[in-house]
Amino acid sequence: MTLARTRVRGGVGESAPRPDGVPKVRGEFPYASDLYLEGMLFGHTLRSPHPHALIRAVDVTAAREISGVRVILTERDLPTRERFGLMKRDQPVLAEGRVRYAGEAIAIIAADEADQARAAAKAIVVEYEILPPMSDPIAALGPDAPALHEGGNVIDDVLVVHGDPDAQAEVVVQGEYEVAMQDQAALGPEAGLAIPTADGGVTLHIATQWLHEDLGQIAPALGLPNEQVRLVLAGVGGAFGAREDVTLQIHACLLALATKRPVRMSYGREESFYGHVHRHPARLFYEHGARRDGTLVYVRATIVLDGGAYASSTSAVVANAGCFAAGPYRVPNARVRSVGAYTTNPPAGAMRGFGAVQACFAYEAQMDKLAAALDMDPVVLRARNAVEDGDRIITSQPVEGSEPVANLLRRCAALPMPADEVAHPLRAGRPSRDPLLLPGGAGNLTHGEGIRRGTGFAAGFKNVCYSHGFDDVSHARVRLERTDSGIRARVHTAAAEVGQGIVTVCQQIVRTALEVEEVIVETPDTTIGSAGSSSASRQTWMTGGAVLAACREVRAALEERALARGRAMDELAALLDEPIERSVAWRHRPTEKRDGHTQNHGHVAFLFAAHRATVDVDLGTGLVKVVQVATSQDVGKAINPQAVVGQLEGGIAQGLGLAVMEEVLLRDGQVRNASFTDYLLPTILDMPPVVCDLVEHPHPDAPYGAKGVGEPPTISSTPAIVAAIRAATGRELNRVPVRPDDIVFGTVARSGWRIVPGSDPAMAARA
Amino acid sequence: MAVHVARDVDDATRAVAVDERAELIAGGTDLMVEINFGRRRPGALVAIDRVQELRGISRSGRVRVGAGVTYTQLLADDAGSAALREASRSVGSPQIRNAGTIGGNIATSSPAGDALPVLAALEATIVVRSVRGERRVPFAEWMTGPKRNGRARDEIIVAAEWESAGPKQTFMKVGTRNAMVIAVASLALVVDASRRRVGVALGSCGPTILRADRAQSFAAGVLDELGWERQAAPTETACAEFGALVASAARPIDDVRGTAAYRSHVLSVMAARALARVAVLG
Ligand SMILES: Cc1cc2nc3c(=O)[nH]c(=O)nc-3n(C[C@H](O)[C@H](O)[C@H](O)COP(=O)(O)OP(=O)(O)OC[C@H]3O[C@@H](n4cnc5c(N)ncnc54)[C@H](O)[C@@H]3O)c2cc1C
Repeated sequence: MTLARTRVRGGVGESAPRPDGVPKVRGEFPYASDLYLEGMLFGHTLRSPHPHALIRAVDVTAAREISGVRVILTERDLPTRERFGLMKRDQPVLAEGRVRYAGEAIAIIAADEADQARAAAKAIVVEYEILPPMSDPIAALGPDAPALHEGGNVIDDVLVVHGDPDAQAEVVVQGEYEVAMQDQAALGPEAGLAIPTADGGVTLHIATQWLHEDLGQIAPALGLPNEQVRLVLAGVGGAFGAREDVTLQIHACLLALATKRPVRMSYGREESFYGHVHRHPARLFYEHGARRDGTLVYVRATIVLDGGAYASSTSAVVANAGCFAAGPYRVPNARVRSVGAYTTNPPAGAMRGFGAVQACFAYEAQMDKLAAALDMDPVVLRARNAVEDGDRIITSQPVEGSEPVANLLRRCAALPMPADEVAHPLRAGRPSRDPLLLPGGAGNLTHGEGIRRGTGFAAGFKNVCYSHGFDDVSHARVRLERTDSGIRARVHTAAAEVGQGIVTVCQQIVRTALEVEEVIVETPDTTIGSAGSSSASRQTWMTGGAVLAACREVRAALEERALARGRAMDELAALLDEPIERSVAWRHRPTEKRDGHTQNHGHVAFLFAAHRATVDVDLGTGLVKVVQVATSQDVGKAINPQAVVGQLEGGIAQGLGLAVMEEVLLRDGQVRNASFTDYLLPTILDMPPVVCDLVEHPHPDAPYGAKGVGEPPTISSTPAIVAAIRAATGRELNRVPVRPDDIVFGTVARSGWRIVPGSDPAMAARA
Repeated sequence: MAVHVARDVDDATRAVAVDERAELIAGGTDLMVEINFGRRRPGALVAIDRVQELRGISRSGRVRVGAGVTYTQLLADDAGSAALREASRSVGSPQIRNAGTIGGNIATSSPAGDALPVLAALEATIVVRSVRGERRVPFAEWMTGPKRNGRARDEIIVAAEWESAGPKQTFMKVGTRNAMVIAVASLALVVDASRRRVGVALGSCGPTILRADRAQSFAAGVLDELGWERQAAPTETACAEFGALVASAARPIDDVRGTAAYRSHVLSVMAARALARVAVLG
C-alpha cells in the first residue's frame, strides 16, 4: 500500500546527497574544535616525556602563579580512583605514581587563554625516576619480563584449534611478517566542550564514535550518576577507530566541574598523536600446508600484537586476528595463537579493520608464496580454496548470505586494467608519460628509467557488528508528523556520524519505508538509548536496522489508525492530526562467547572483498606509484552507491597508506614523527583511480540486505599493493609499510625471535 | 602582535630597523608553522607580500628573480631556469606554492629547501638590502649551517640573480610520497654549455647545500670529449661514475625521513639519470 502520491526521491538505492557534504567542502561545517561559549576556559594536558618512569613528585606551585590559570588537577585531586578503558578499565585518569608511555597524562589545567594553560603545563615540575622501556612485545611476554600491570603483560591470549592442528602436507611455506604502527590520522583532532549544569552535573559536547560508551566511563570517574552526565555529539572530523577510546572526555568534565565554568579542550596535531590510540603493530609467524593440487591442508600461526601501555580494545583485536588468521579460505586444520602484550609503547586500539588487517597482510603473502611454490596462478589458487555459503572458517562458523569469494576474485581479475602503457625509457629526452604520474611524482625523478610494472591480488574478510556474546543493540525513535507545509519524519538515534554517512542512510531508509521525503535527523545524544559504536562496519546494519524497524511500527500504527477511522492510507494530513511516534531497541542475532579453542559461532556475519593492484616501481629509487586498484566487494545492498564508493576509495587510500608510507616511527617508546610533516598520508598524486565493482548479495538479517562496507577496503588493499610491488621487484617485502630501502637493498624485517608458527610466543627463543 | 604592511622595500627596511623584535613575513608558509608550534614568537611582523618591487622577474642577460616571487609565479612565468621551474613544481601543494616565496626559502635556509640546490648549481648571487645599503652574497657563502645564514636581522633579501645557463639543467627530489614531501635527498644539475661549466648541488644530504666539485670536473671532462653543445648522451659507465662521485660528496645521516645508506644510493641514481637527461637537452 502506498502513502505518497508521487515517487519519493532520495530513497534506498539512490545516491542521495549527504547534508554535511557541501558545508564541509565550503569550510562551514562546525567541527568540535570550533565549539565556543562566551566565558569558556581552555583546557590543556601535561604529558610525560618518558615512556616508562616513576613519578617522585609533582610540584604545581609555580604553575598556579601564572596569570589566568584557574585550576590545575593532578591525580591527588581526582574525585574517584576509577580507571577507564574500552574493554578493561586499566588506565588511570591521571598518572598515579608511574607512567607507562610517552604521552601519558599527568596533570590538566584550565586557564582563561590557551597560551596560559600551555605555559602552566611547562611550569609544572615533575620529578621522574626513569625506568627502562619495554618496547618489544615478544620480550614483554617472556617469563622474566617485569610486569607493567598487575597480573602480567598478557592483555589477551586467543587459541584457535580446528581439525587436526598438527596436520602435515606435501607443500609447506613459512614466513615471518611485520606490520608497523599506523595512525588513524583523522583530519579533525580530538575536541570537546564541557559545560557544568545547575544540578551539579555536566554536559559534554564531544566528537566521538560512541556516546554511551564514553558516558559509561566518564560518569564513574567523575563520581556522578549517569543521569547527571549528558553527552551530545559535536561535529566529528573523521574517526577510523581513534575516537572509540576516551581521550579528553573525563579531563574536560573534571576541569568544568572544578571551575564551574565551561571548558573546551582541543588537541593540536602533535598532541593528537599522543592522545589517541593507534593501530596495533604486529609480528606474525605463519606456516601454510597444501596438497600438490593447491588444496589447503592447514594453517598454523602465531600473532603477537603490541597493545602498548593500556588495553583499550586489544582483546577484540587479538580475537579478530585469531579468528580471521587463515583468510577467506577453506582450511580444515589450524592452530592459531594470537596474543596481545602490554609494552611501554603508545597504547594501541581500534582502527578500521582491526586484527583482520594485520592477519591479512601475512596470510595473503603466504598465499602468494604458496602459489609460487606450486607454480600456480595466485588467483586460481585463491579461488580453489575460497569460502562460500556453508563453508566453515577456522572457528567452525559457517559462512552465510555471502557471494562466493571465488566469484569476487574472478570478477576482480576481470575488471579493466589501467589503460596507459608502462612508461617507455627516455626517448630523445622527452618522457613518454607525464613524470608527475611516475614513481617519485613531483620529484621529477624518472622519465621512464628504472620502471617496472607489477600486479598483485588479495582477498580478505572480517566480521560485521560485535562478536562473542556482546549484547549489541541500537535504539531508534521515528516520528511521523504533520507540518504547515506537509508531512515529515523525525529520526532520533545516538549513532555517531563520523563521516561514513549514517545520517543519509537513516534518511533514505525512512524515505523508502514511510514514503516521506522530508526527514530530519536529530543530533545524537544520550537522552535516547545507545546506538553502539560507529565501528565494526556496523552502523548501517544496526542503526539502519533499528530505524527500519521503527518505521515499520509507525507504519503499522498508521494503518491501524486509517482502518479505525475508515480512511485511505494516503490521506496523511487527516490521519496525522496527532503525530505517530515509535521507539525500538534493535538487536542482531545473538553470538556465542569465546571458548577454549575458539570453535563457535562467535560472529554475526562476514564481509568479503577482493583487490587487484597495479603499481609502477622505480627500481633505482625504490619509490612506488600505485597506478590502479580494482576491487570487487560484496556489499549486500548499496543503500547509497555514491557513499559506498566513497567508503571503498577511502578505505583503499588508507590501505595504500599502510602499504607504502604510513608509519608512526617509534624508538624506545618515543614517537619520532608526531606531525603530518613526517607522518605521511597519501595525496591525490599517490591515490590511483579505483575501479569499483559493487556486488549486491543481500544478507537475510540485514536491513535491505545491506552489509557493512567500511572495513573490507582497508583489509586486502594493502596486501594486494605489496604483492604488486613484489611482482615488480622480486623482493621479499615481509613488512609494511614498504620502505624505499626494502626495495633498493632488499632489506628483510626480522623480529630477532624464533617462533614455531602456532606456538605460544611466551616460549620464544632469541634467534 | 603588530603587523606592518610594507609599501616598498625602503619602508620594509626601515620598519625592521626601528623595531628590534620585528620579523619579516612573506608567504608565511615557514614562519606560521614556527609560530603555531610555539618555536617563535615575533614581537611584530613586517609583511612584504605586497611589495611590487620584490615580485618581478627580469631576464635581460642576467636573470633576476625578486624575493617575493611565489612558486606558482615561477611555474607560470619563465624564470630562465628549467631546474628552478622543476624545483618549484616539487614544492608543497598548490596552496603552499601560491603563498610561499623564493625569498622565504632563501631566508629559512633549510638543507631541504628546494630552490636552494638550484641556486647553488646556478652559482646565483643573493642580493640583500638594509638601511645600511645593499650587499651581494654568492650563494656558496650564503648558508652557514642548517637554517643558518649570514643575513643580519634587519636585512631584506630583495632578489636572487644568475647568469642564464641555457637549457641543460634539471632538478630532482626524492621523498617517500609523490607530492607534498620534504626532500630526503635532492639534486640540481646545471650544464652551462656556453661557459663550459657544470654545477652540481645536493639538498638534504648535509648541514648545508653541498657542491660536488669532483663530480663537476669529471662531467666537464666527459662533455669536453662529447661536445658541450651537442645533444648526445654520455655512456652509461660515465653516468654511473658521475653518480658515484656525486654520492661521495654527500655527508648524509640517518634520520626520521631516511637512512644515510639510502641517501647515498639514491644520489648516485639521481646524478646518473640527471647527466643522461640534460646531455640530450638542447
Ligand atoms: C605544508 C608545507 C609544505 C612545504 N613544502 C615545501 C617543499 O616541498 N619544499 C620547500 O622547499 N619548502 C616547503 N615548505 C616550506 C616553505 O613553503 C618554503 O620554504 C617557502 O619558500 C617559504 O616562503 P614564505 O614566503 O612562505 O616564507 P615565510 O614563512 O614568510 O618566511 C620564512 C622566513 O623567511 C623570512 N623572510 C621571508 N622573506 C624574506 C625576505 N625577502 N628577506 C629576508 N627574510 C625573509 C621570514 O622572516 C621568516 O623568518 C613547505 C611548507 C609547508 C607549510
